[in-house]
Amino acid sequence: MAKGEIVLGCLAPHPPHVVYAENPEQNEPFSEGGWEALRWGYHRLARKLKDIDYDCIVVLTPHWQTYCGTHFLGLDRFQNISVDPIFPNLFRFHHDIKVDVELAEAMHDAAADSGIITKMMRNPDFRVDYGTIVSCHMLNSSWDKPIVTISSNRATHYYSNEVMNEQAMALGQAVREAIEASGKKVVLVASHSLSHRHFVTEAPLPEDMSREHIYNHSQYVWDMKVIDMMRRGEMQEVIDVLPEMIEQTMAEAEGGGLTWMMSAMGMPDYPAEIYGYQSVIGTGNAIASWDPNESTRELVL
Amino acid sequence: MSEEPEIVLGVYVPPHPHPLLAPDQNEGWGRLRDAYDTCRQRIEETDADLMLIYSTTWPSIIGHQIQAHPKPVFTHVDDDFHFLGSMPYEFRMDAEYAECFRDACEERGLHARTVSYDGFPIDTGSVVALKLLNPDNRIPACIVSSNVYSNRAEQIVLGKAARDAMSKLGKKVVVVVVASLSNRMFTEHIDPSDDRIHSAKDDEWNRKILEFFDDGRLEDISQLSRDIHGQIRVSKVVAYKPAWWMAATMGQHNNYDGEVLAYEALHGAGGAVIQLTPAKGGVGDKEFDEDDVEYYHGDRSVLDKGML
Repeated sequence: MAKGEIVLGCLAPHPPHVVYAENPEQNEPFSEGGWEALRWGYHRLARKLKDIDYDCIVVLTPHWQTYCGTHFLGLDRFQNISVDPIFPNLFRFHHDIKVDVELAEAMHDAAADSGIITKMMRNPDFRVDYGTIVSCHMLNSSWDKPIVTISSNRATHYYSNEVMNEQAMALGQAVREAIEASGKKVVLVASHSLSHRHFVTEAPLPEDMSREHIYNHSQYVWDMKVIDMMRRGEMQEVIDVLPEMIEQTMAEAEGGGLTWMMSAMGMPDYPAEIYGYQSVIGTGNAIASWDPNESTRELVL
Repeated sequence: MSEEPEIVLGVYVPPHPHPLLAPDQNEGWGRLRDAYDTCRQRIEETDADLMLIYSTTWPSIIGHQIQAHPKPVFTHVDDDFHFLGSMPYEFRMDAEYAECFRDACEERGLHARTVSYDGFPIDTGSVVALKLLNPDNRIPACIVSSNVYSNRAEQIVLGKAARDAMSKLGKKVVVVVVASLSNRMFTEHIDPSDDRIHSAKDDEWNRKILEFFDDGRLEDISQLSRDIHGQIRVSKVVAYKPAWWMAATMGQHNNYDGEVLAYEALHGAGGAVIQLTPAKGGVGDKEFDEDDVEYYHGDRSVLDKGML
């Protein structure tokens, strides 16, 4: 069996607004559009994915929050409606998700062997979180690839941003080992924003783009700083500075997604592909990817 | 319309699913279940016509969300404790009160909205409380969220808005807060028989808070909220808010007959079932360290004013 590999890593934020703005048939509400800078960036990254040979998407989501270890989806299929608890007016999405349980179990076992507290999720009534759904829909709206969702352990809340970083690093290494042993080609997805301070009010028309802007300039400066570092391939430096950024901007990387993905990919020192940046209800959202294949790596924006 | 709302009981219960799904796996979880059952019986003996729930496991960002679906139906599964089982539910909500509560919030400067969507994910804490305290949907209910960014002033105004709506509609109300005391759980899976409060410090603080509850000193607990948050609350949100909301909703005083029906560990967190019955006597008003507030004026934009 050929050695498995990570063929792409994606930073894929999950504000439900972008799915709402797309008006897919699975989503009940109707919109007049909005957040085009993000959506068009997503469209381009989705086109790139169409040209990549891969077997599965593995996503770490901060909206499946677990305090007792790290959990993995462990059933073949989840059919349900996902209603966003924060923005139910925007996101009521009917989904039919297929899971690569074999790979999920392999990652679970590798993580457990490395000392990480783990759990397989086997309850058929479980509702897959909207972070997973939004990121995966925007990257692959045909839903023709199985996924694995990994929960976000809340080490930041219980311990510190630094402990979160250490634990996510260990999880990334275990996931990489499991993928290599599986023989599969895998796309990793860190589903989260950068700065993450929201407005606490909403415009009467949520997609009214005259009302959309970053929450404050400090958040914007941090977001740009980190994106510049991504462009330069300074991912070790990004991970090193992440605890400070989380402290300053409430960055959603607190859930461990970026650290996990960078660790699994061997801490890339090559430039990230930047596909877009835009605020959503005040939060800072960047779409980026890391392509280990130098021949297909692009300068996008 | 009466001036003062009629609140017949206040109840403080934990959000964890163990007393509902696994009361037989641990003696303490079983005692919490028994306490829930006692509370349920006492609620049934009242003539309450509304159960208003404030749940710390329903976070909101866009202001304050109020459940207004007249008959929400779904099957809920907890993110962490999914292996304990599923929680199918069908509840009866008081949509009229929800709308009135929303209007009262707006009149006091709060951003609020009702939610009424099929499949909306009602949170673990609310599901557990409603299934155990109101299993036959005898009393129409309403649930209000806990805004992640809100702090003391906003929570107190939210409580006062809840009272405004009760008075306007002439409701007799059971007020339910769903929250842990200390909320640090074990970060690993444990054998149910090994459950205990996470640390001696958490246990000592919990017992001190329970003394206050037992004496009916709800307003004093509200005044201690910031200390409680600093001492025994994991920093998931900015503050320990449930006591602020509960005290404001129930009238900002200490005149209750308090009873702690159970106090046990729930995967390390402090879980208590507490009943507060409004009384004539009580400990009386104590020192108020912070200003009372009637109207929420929003963020004060301190960076846009003063020195800059």
